[in-house]
Amino acid sequence: MSAVEEASRTSAERVWQLLEAVPDPEIPVLSIVDLGIVRYVQQAADGRLRVGLTPTYSGCPATLAIRSAARAALDAAGFADVALEEVLAPPWSSDWVTPAGRAKLAAFGIAPPPARAAREHGPLEVRCPRCGSSATERVSEFGSTPCKAHYRCSDCREPFDHFKCI
Amino acid sequence: MSAVAEPGARSDPTLETARLRYVLRLADTSLVLGQRLGEWVGHAPALEEDLGLANLALDLIGQARLLLGYAAELEGRGRDEDALAYLRDAPEFLNLTLAEQPNGDFADTVVRQWLIDAWQLEIYGGLAGSSDERLAAIAAKSLKETSYHYRFSSGWLTRLGDGTEESHARTQRSLATLWRFTGELFAPDEVDERMSAAGIAPALPEAGGRWQERIAADLRRATLQCPASHPYPWHGKRGVHTEHLGHLLAEMQHLQRTYPGARW
Repeated sequence: MSAVEEASRTSAERVWQLLEAVPDPEIPVLSIVDLGIVRYVQQAADGRLRVGLTPTYSGCPATLAIRSAARAALDAAGFADVALEEVLAPPWSSDWVTPAGRAKLAAFGIAPPPARAAREHGPLEVRCPRCGSSATERVSEFGSTPCKAHYRCSDCREPFDHFKCI
Repeated sequence: MSAVAEPGARSDPTLETARLRYVLRLADTSLVLGQRLGEWVGHAPALEEDLGLANLALDLIGQARLLLGYAAELEGRGRDEDALAYLRDAPEFLNLTLAEQPNGDFADTVVRQWLIDAWQLEIYGGLAGSSDERLAAIAAKSLKETSYHYRFSSGWLTRLGDGTEESHARTQRSLATLWRFTGELFAPDEVDERMSAAGIAPALPEAGGRWQERIAADLRRATLQCPASHPYPWHGKRGVHTEHLGHLLAEMQHLQRTYPGARW
C-alpha cells in the first residue's frame, strides 16, 4: 500500500469515527452510524472523500439537522473538504439499524425493531423494554416521531415506544 | 437501463415535457394531500389519530420535496422545490382533484386517504421498476411509507363502515361525495401514455384494474356499497381544479407571497 493510499484509508477511518459520535437529534442515544444511515465513506476520483447519507423517512424533520450536524463535526475536525451526498436507493429500512444500535435502543427504553430473520419466522414480537414481557399491544402505529410506534405492556402496564419496523 | 445513461433520451422534447408534467402530478398530489392532512393537527378525534394524520402529512410532504426537487431540475429554469411549491398558481398545480377536497368529517378524510393510498400503491409499485432511476428510487422509498398509510386508512374504513349505524351512514355518504373524483385516477392521457410507452411509468388501465379489485374487497370488508361510476371526468392533473385548491394555496403560500424570499 502506497503512502497516499495509507493516508486516505486513515482519513476514511477517522471520518467514520467522527460520524459515530454524531447523535440522532430525536433519539440521541443512537449515533447516525448506529441508525444505519451512513451508507459509505469513500474516496472519489479527485481524491476527495465522499460521505453518503440516506434519509430514514421521506418527511423526517431530522434529516436536515443530521446533515448539518455531520457537516459541523467534519468541519470542526478539519475535514471541510469532505463532500456529503444524499443516497436514496436502496431505501433505508429498520434492518439497517446496527446490532449495537438495537442494544442501545432497548437499554434506553425503546423496543428495537426485530431483525429480519426474526420477522421471517413467525409473527412480530415486540418485547416490553422495561420488564421484558412479550405480552404487549399496539396502541397506535404512529408515535412521537416518524420512526416510532406507540405500545403498551399488558404485564407491567407501562406505555413504551417501539422503533417501527419498515 | 437508466434514462440518464441514454444520451438520446433527454433530447426528445415531447418525452421531456411529458416527464416534467408527470413528476409534477405526483409531487403536487402528495403536497396538496399533505397540506390538507396538516389541517387536522390539534383537531383529530383522538390523540393517536392526530399523531397518525400528522405522520402521514410529514411523509407526503417529504415525498413532495423529493419529487419537486427532481421537477425543478427537469424544468431547468432556475426554480427550486420551494419556488414550485409556494409561487405557482392553482392552474399550474397538476394534482389529482381528489387530493384537494376538503377534510370534511373524519369519514371524508379517511375515504379520501384510502382512495389515494390505494392509488399510490399501484403507481409507486409500478414506478419502483421505472427506467428512470431517479423516479424509481423515490418511488421505492415512498412505497414503504404508502404501505403503512394504507394500513391506517383501510383499517379505519373497516372500523367506520362496519361500526355503528352513524359511522356506517357517514362513511357511505363520504363515498358518494368523493367517488366522482376517482374517474381521473386511472384515465390515461397523452402524458401517461408517453411515460408508459417509454417504460418510465406503469400502464394505467392495468393498474386501474388492480386498484378496482382492492377497493371492492376493502368495501366488502367494511360492509359498504361501491357507488356507481361517474360519467364526468375531472382534470386536476391537467390543471383544471375545483374551487377548493385556491383556498388551500392561499393559506399554504401566504407567507412566501407576503414576504417574498423569507427564510428561516
